[in-house]
Amino acid sequence: MSQSGRAVLRVSGLHKSFAAAGGTTVALNGVDLEIEAGSFVSIIGPSGCGKSTLLQIMAGLATPTSGEVYYEQSRVQDPPPDVVYVFQQYTRSLFPWKTVERNVAFGLENKGTMSRAEIASRTRELIGLVKLTGFERHYPWQLSGGMQQRVAIARALACRPAVLLMDEPFSAVDALTRAGLQELLRALWRELNLTVIFVTHDVDEGVYLSNRVVALSRAPATIAIDVLIELPEPRDQIATRALPAYLKHRAHLLAQLFADEGLKSVEVA
Amino acid sequence: MTDIVRTEQPPAAVMPPAKRPARFGWLWNTRLLGVLFIGALLILWEIAAAYAIFPPMSFPRISSILSIWWQLVVSGELLGELLSSLWRMFAGYFIGVALGVGLGLLMGYVRFFYNLLEPITEVLRPIPSPAYLPIMILFLGIDDEMKIFMIAFATVFPVLLNTYSGVRSVDPIQLQTARTFGVSGRKLLTQIVLPASSPYIFTGMRVSLAVALIVMVISEMVAASNGIGYFILSAQRGFKIRDMFAGVLTLAMLGYILNRLFLLIENRVLAWHYGYTQQRS
Repeated sequence: MSQSGRAVLRVSGLHKSFAAAGGTTVALNGVDLEIEAGSFVSIIGPSGCGKSTLLQIMAGLATPTSGEVYYEQSRVQDPPPDVVYVFQQYTRSLFPWKTVERNVAFGLENKGTMSRAEIASRTRELIGLVKLTGFERHYPWQLSGGMQQRVAIARALACRPAVLLMDEPFSAVDALTRAGLQELLRALWRELNLTVIFVTHDVDEGVYLSNRVVALSRAPATIAIDVLIELPEPRDQIATRALPAYLKHRAHLLAQLFADEGLKSVEVA
Repeated sequence: MTDIVRTEQPPAAVMPPAKRPARFGWLWNTRLLGVLFIGALLILWEIAAAYAIFPPMSFPRISSILSIWWQLVVSGELLGELLSSLWRMFAGYFIGVALGVGLGLLMGYVRFFYNLLEPITEVLRPIPSPAYLPIMILFLGIDDEMKIFMIAFATVFPVLLNTYSGVRSVDPIQLQTARTFGVSGRKLLTQIVLPASSPYIFTGMRVSLAVALIVMVISEMVAASNGIGYFILSAQRGFKIRDMFAGVLTLAMLGYILNRLFLLIENRVLAWHYGYTQQRS
């Protein structure tokens, strides 16, 4: 872990409301958040609480009704070059007319600062990093869901971003594939010195992956819980998930979610 | 009434399974059946003509048409007419496609151009192309420019409308993805919008290819001194009926070959699209 204590992303006084039938719906109602460089922060919350909206605003893909987002020293209005967003719907986010190779090279080619040889070698490196060597010439739709999301991750990382914003990236794959992707993401986060902000509705996933979890209340959302997750490294899918500290965090966050939903039983989809 | 319907059309579940796997059963499931059907019709034609069921003057034997056709091919006459026709057709077609794609992209991508051009498109589009042929003759005369303009004009609309629909149907997530990589403006158009809407564009181009063929023939029939349309009409006027049929036969072949070629290109260019949609369904 390489937390520096320096805030790389700052969100202050964020409000977001949408025009809806018969008035406006308030999604975010005053969110303040500072993300430290090198941290792995999960944002959890009930469905429709505005966590994806929050992430999109941080990415510069949506504009807040009021409030500000700063990346380093500059105000975010368009997507900042060092911040890359990974979408939940990889089948729609990957370009079906491009091969794996071309998809991964997409960001590099459009930066226009690298030679063809540099792009080719970086692309090869990233494809290796997500363990897709041999699939360079395949089209995304010829791959399984987990592989497709790995292509999307490789494409995002090829530009050497400082911050990776991920919107429920593993929610559409089966449990085993998900565990594999989680390990891959944690390894990449450590190796590449990334800052990751990870939106999920899965409390277990959030606690397991992160060193900080932020729980939003239901819409209009504010921050309900903001907790550091101090668990031994390296984490292990079985051992870590059995630790008392892990279970304590999990229970604490689940209780908040259930209270929010007015639920007694598990119904967090 | 209901009784009759029931006896004539038993519900599918009651239908007896197809039995009797005949010796030529395989034929029923292939396209060869349709080819043989054409052959049978031609033989029927030959017999009908031989027994002079229709006035032989206007209904010659198919064998004599084919032999005239072959003579016209060998003499190079047909090829000459065809080349002048194809030049006009493709000149008009490619101008029309370029305009259609360009305007369709603009209209789909920039609201201003949609508001500006949508009404005039809707006014001009329903006019059948032969209707403005006389106007074109007034302004452009009867030379190639007129025909190329006619063809281009008729070709624009199918391409334009399909391109527009294609642009509107581009997945917003693809656009957002491109934006997170700092791609915007013109680059977004060429990198994402154009390839993503290419299946639609190809559909428009295929419709337009048929339209271009039609308009080419019509404009040549009305005002030309060469070309396959002129050839057919002047053969009919000169009572060279077999030549006339040979010309029509040539057009059938041309249309078929053009469509085949188009599909060949489309299958190559849009291979990703067929794979992608198959995978998703």
